[in-house]
Amino acid sequence: MVTRGFFSGRRPPSDTDARIPPGQYLEQGFPVLSAGPTPRVRTEDWSFTLKQGPKPLKKWNWAEFNALPQSKMTRDIHCVTAWTKFNTPWQGVMIDDILADAGIEPPTAYTLALSFDGYSTNVPTKDLVTGKAMVALLYEGKPITADHGGPARLLVPHLYFWKSAKWVNGLQFTERDEPGFWELRGYHMYGDPWREQRYSSDP
Amino acid sequence: MSSEPSPQSPWQAATIARIEKRTPRVTSFWFKPSRPFTHLAGQHVDIRLTAPDGYQARRSYSIASAPQAGAAVELAIERLDDGEVSPFFHDVAAVGDEIELRGPLGGHFIWEDSDGGPILLVGGGSGVVPLMAMVRHRTQRNAAVPVALVFSARVWDEVIFRDELIGLDDRRDGFDLVLTLTREPARRPADYSRRVDAHMMAQAIERLPKAPRLAYVCGSNAFVSAAAQALIDADVPAGIIRTERYGV
Repeated sequence: MVTRGFFSGRRPPSDTDARIPPGQYLEQGFPVLSAGPTPRVRTEDWSFTLKQGPKPLKKWNWAEFNALPQSKMTRDIHCVTAWTKFNTPWQGVMIDDILADAGIEPPTAYTLALSFDGYSTNVPTKDLVTGKAMVALLYEGKPITADHGGPARLLVPHLYFWKSAKWVNGLQFTERDEPGFWELRGYHMYGDPWREQRYSSDP
Repeated sequence: MSSEPSPQSPWQAATIARIEKRTPRVTSFWFKPSRPFTHLAGQHVDIRLTAPDGYQARRSYSIASAPQAGAAVELAIERLDDGEVSPFFHDVAAVGDEIELRGPLGGHFIWEDSDGGPILLVGGGSGVVPLMAMVRHRTQRNAAVPVALVFSARVWDEVIFRDELIGLDDRRDGFDLVLTLTREPARRPADYSRRVDAHMMAQAIERLPKAPRLAYVCGSNAFVSAAAQALIDADVPAGIIRTERYGV
């Protein structure tokens, strides 16, 4: 349905058009969104736990986690509130390297990312491995600020950005695809920006 | 792109039924959906504009009106000078225009009178909009739930819904309005003239008969960060604070 009188000149340049998923616009800033107040997590209190159901598999403190192999990922990110930001540079520990350090193969097909503030979000395990995702520790070469999820946040850049849980403190492997915080509140179970899977009613 | 939405599409045409300027920068638009719905106070809708070549821009706007079956929904849209969608509404949109809308959306920043209270609402600028839906919902349901609204605006003339809010405050029925102006002196005796802080939050909480059961904070990111921290400093548990941040 064409909107009467809407002739925006805000189209992205044609060379970048292909990088912007449907319904998104290009943002230069880095907006902040969260369901509650920003938790202030001190690195001395920080830990990261791999779990299968309720059973802990391995736990790292901040120093141990930072000693794991670190990788860099520069990716476009897509927020469900319709902004897309190009070339965001992150550094952290690939999920593959976390699993390798724990000496395990992914035990189930589904994962819940867990956060210090009680937030959770579900991601299929296959979307976390084979170089697709990391626990990010640095943004633009500097520690991630608390409002952007520091000290550590999940980075799953090929899905809408609410899947990249802020203040992450663990991954829990689950037998079934269990909805997380936003998924229980009307957002999509998978969240592929290229298929515009924003809300639970989207195919 | 020019075809009508299919019956399965979550998008629907809504007709602009009324337009009313609220403040120099905020105008309310009432949308009459072709497929009526009943929302929850605090929910938003997505709006999608389509240019003749198929280019689309979409934005989310909170609903200001109280939930009411079959009613037009009020969106109070602030003009952002560097915006793409809000200038269209302020400069071009007219009564009778059809706009594509999707919703209602959102399942976290919501309040129903059955959720109980007391509740503490903290809004900055146009962040008051979803809180207004909650206040109106309370009024419409004759709910006895105690509510305090701390509303920060730059100046008196930018207090959105000012007459309506002051009228509700004057009823003394358990709704308390606390205005704070950041660039002008306070106009009413118990109001403030400064940015929100922990002392202001503590005094707002004292107006409630007991500690709040839920707190809702909405506004710009900077406002929400400051207000949420002020609440925590006023001993409000982080777990009862729900936030919604507008824009950058």
